[in-house]
Amino acid sequence: MWNFPILPESASSVAPDYDFAFWYEVAVGVFFTLFVLVLVLGLANRYRRGRQVDRSHPPTHSLKLEALWIGVPLVIAMSMFGISAVLYIKQFSPPGDAVEIPVVGKQWMWKLQHPEGKKEINELHLPVGQAVRLKMISQDVIHSFFIPAFRVKQDVLPGRYTEMWFRPTKIGRYRLFCTEYCGTDHSVMGGWVEVMSQADYERWLATEQAGESLVEEGRRLFVLNHCAGCHGENATVQAPRLEGVYGRPVPIQVGDRVEFVQADDRYIRDSILLPKSQVVAGYQPIMPSYQGQLSEEDLLKIIAYIKAIGNRPAPGPAAQPQYDADRGIQPAVEVPGYDVDKPPGATLLPEQTR
Amino acid sequence: MSTNSLGSADGNIEPVSEATRAEARAASEGGGHGDHGGHGHGHDDHVHPAPSNFLTRYIFSTDHKIIGIQFLFSGLLFFILGGLLALAVRWQLAWPWSRVPILSTIMEGEWKTGGQMPPEFYNKLFTMHATVMIFFVIIPLLTGAFGNFLIPLMIGARDMAFPKLNMLSYWFMWPAFILMLQSFVVEGGAAEAGWTSYPLLALFRWATPGSLNGQTLWLMSLLFAGVSSMMGSINYITTILMLRAPGMKLFRMPMTVWALFITALLQAFALPVLTSALVMQLLDRTVGTNFFTPVAWSVANQPGPVGGGQTILWQHLFWFYSHPAVYIMILPAMGIVSDVISTFSRKPLFGYKPMVFAIAGIAFLGFIVWGHHMFQSGMNPALGATFMLSTMMIALPSAIKTFNWIGTLWSGSIHFTTPMLFAIGFVSMFVIGGLSGIFMAATPVDMHIHDTYFIVGHIHYVLFGGSTFGIFAAIYYWFPKMFGRMMDERLGKIHFVLTFIFFNGTFFLMHIIGMHGHPRRIATPYEYEFLNRPGIHFMNEFMTVNALLLGASQLIVVYNFVVSLFAGPRASENPWRANTLEWATASPPPHYNFLKIPTVYHAAYEYSVPGVEEDYLPQTRPLPPASQQMVLEPARG
Repeated sequence: MWNFPILPESASSVAPDYDFAFWYEVAVGVFFTLFVLVLVLGLANRYRRGRQVDRSHPPTHSLKLEALWIGVPLVIAMSMFGISAVLYIKQFSPPGDAVEIPVVGKQWMWKLQHPEGKKEINELHLPVGQAVRLKMISQDVIHSFFIPAFRVKQDVLPGRYTEMWFRPTKIGRYRLFCTEYCGTDHSVMGGWVEVMSQADYERWLATEQAGESLVEEGRRLFVLNHCAGCHGENATVQAPRLEGVYGRPVPIQVGDRVEFVQADDRYIRDSILLPKSQVVAGYQPIMPSYQGQLSEEDLLKIIAYIKAIGNRPAPGPAAQPQYDADRGIQPAVEVPGYDVDKPPGATLLPEQTR
Repeated sequence: MSTNSLGSADGNIEPVSEATRAEARAASEGGGHGDHGGHGHGHDDHVHPAPSNFLTRYIFSTDHKIIGIQFLFSGLLFFILGGLLALAVRWQLAWPWSRVPILSTIMEGEWKTGGQMPPEFYNKLFTMHATVMIFFVIIPLLTGAFGNFLIPLMIGARDMAFPKLNMLSYWFMWPAFILMLQSFVVEGGAAEAGWTSYPLLALFRWATPGSLNGQTLWLMSLLFAGVSSMMGSINYITTILMLRAPGMKLFRMPMTVWALFITALLQAFALPVLTSALVMQLLDRTVGTNFFTPVAWSVANQPGPVGGGQTILWQHLFWFYSHPAVYIMILPAMGIVSDVISTFSRKPLFGYKPMVFAIAGIAFLGFIVWGHHMFQSGMNPALGATFMLSTMMIALPSAIKTFNWIGTLWSGSIHFTTPMLFAIGFVSMFVIGGLSGIFMAATPVDMHIHDTYFIVGHIHYVLFGGSTFGIFAAIYYWFPKMFGRMMDERLGKIHFVLTFIFFNGTFFLMHIIGMHGHPRRIATPYEYEFLNRPGIHFMNEFMTVNALLLGASQLIVVYNFVVSLFAGPRASENPWRANTLEWATASPPPHYNFLKIPTVYHAAYEYSVPGVEEDYLPQTRPLPPASQQMVLEPARG
């Protein structure tokens, strides 16, 4: 009955460090709890009313004692801060070889996709020893991605990417679940992480549903949604080329000035959904919004594609922005099915969510 | 009434003679029967009789004592409601989907599940348990009930600085109560977004049934409760600064008053932020503003309104209030416990000034630690590390407080009365609650235990083992002053022992299952194999049985309270032989508190002073000349 460990299995590279910090705090906590308990009970017994003990010169204050019980907790708190800060930095520094896996949370499931294109729901298959970086976003309310055996947890927010990384070190099946309360079926929003040997993983990856890779799907969406019509090689519309953009600063026109913004996931997502909010200097705000046209999964795929072409060299000077008053203001390609004046409603009746 | 005694300025003579005391007592009791007994004092310019009209005397009263008792009664009633909600939560965790006694029978028609609790209902239970306990029980009991009753009495004032505002502060609680109770019966039921009400769960009608209408009522209710608290805070701050009796220097005030003063400051500074956050969420919900809807947000792959806000903004605003709120709920209890421990150790409080500075330090740090609730929200690690450091610093003032309480016991002559038992219980349990807090302070450690039962265990050690033990200590300690009758000591001690045992039985194991990864706020813990073990089952059942027994043990205090209210032995003026000013007037005090405003000669903790016959020396009596050299002004420490 009692044959379970207090902490779950430790199966990631940060877990042993975590366990050390954790047990150190447990030791401090237990020691001081018992220390205070013994003091309280001991003094309460020794000085209880009616007992004949020396009560002369009762102390009422002592600077030395106050200094002692400020100093000792200070030293302990600082040691904890040191240990924790080192571990904290580790928890937030993904290694360069980490594989990026997009995760979309929704009431009440997790949708994941491997870079190779394989999709999973509520399951995540990983090769042992491979560092993984989850790029996560929620489609509705806030969720939180928690794998107890890995000692990692990260909130998954709507409208904003969050990241979390870990390196599984042990083959096995581990529970993952949502730990940010997210509504009616929050308690069953869970799944599995299956850590496999490299060979098993490759076999798993090869079986069934071996479709396009994430980047390839992103490229297809890029064309399908007419992004390529303006941002592609043969574009006739004045729009910035996206090769070599990802991860680099982009000049943004802000009033009379030009500011530089890092072209990261957030910037690209915002540019697709709210294209007029941050316009690249030298271009007209002519791009239509794709809000409501693209799901969070599709956005992640397109971002993966833009990231992939981010390593390509930027196009030559011919494609550099040249302001052309005649062409610059003409509208971009019409997006089929999108009515600016009357966007389809998003409100679901509560019954439909069940 | 003797004008001679009113005119007597000689501090060596007790300002109020035995005869006038008896007269005052008779006057206050006579008025209780609705006759005109209170009119006897009309000839005194400084002393006003209690209103004879029943309505203005007991219902719409401006008397701080009546208002305090009103807060006490409504707080205790909601304590029962909050407790029952918690028991239903525990039942579901121990025996999921089984019929809940009584509740299932009542709700059968509504649920249509054959008596099984639907998950939405479970979500309402924990949401409303926390909301009721925090906003309607602990804060109103500590600041509303004891703040109101004690502040004027302890500083030697006739009433609050703004009596009408004080009355309003109580009557603003009633719209809050009514809206919150009404939310249970509207379509969709009460709010169920957790007491933290994070958007978007709380924002959109589709997100969860409780966000249909219940959440709007929840927001409006808390707005009223917030206005009530704000009125109280302003009153407390002004009263303490302006209306202290002659000689009552700031550093002669009892710790209870200091704690209530700093708590009022905390509330005054933190509440506006919560209020604005509540208004923002209300606007988002009702008129379609976009404070908390993210940029270009869409739901279920469908186009949605263009949001321009930040989901995380709510968390910052909410915790900017709600972390200080934790201190609003613990600091007054710390003050109360300091006074109780000193009184029943018959010894000055150890390190009075460090204790005051420690409370101020906790309050100050309380404003710069809110981020530790949001380590997982995706904040910049540099910011997270800052919050980790500031949170860890709270260990220092907390250590000062703990060890100074222990120092007070040292060399004392300890009387184990019921309030003292609860106060000692507070010290021991607060240590556990405080030390389990460092797990949350350390960011990387928090990563694992955040949103698990470890947090639930921690907060209950602070709010039950801390605040509620403090409230019980205060009820047993000041009941004689409030109602003029003594509570039964033996029943009180039995109540303490049972509460202490079952409290630990209920909450301690939460730490263990939390470490194991048991999440909070889940209706079915056994979905997950690593939790579906006999050990976890046993612990959950053990906790529930203890919770039920803990609930049952409270029947003792209810019985004791009600019986003592009507049939307890009459309390003398100063049954605990304590020093503070409230014990220098009748029990219960007359409408005007003090016939003559007392003069204060020293700090509140002069117990067992050499050269004084008794082992206490009220603040109204000067130190004997012989002992003046020997007595250490505690203020110097």
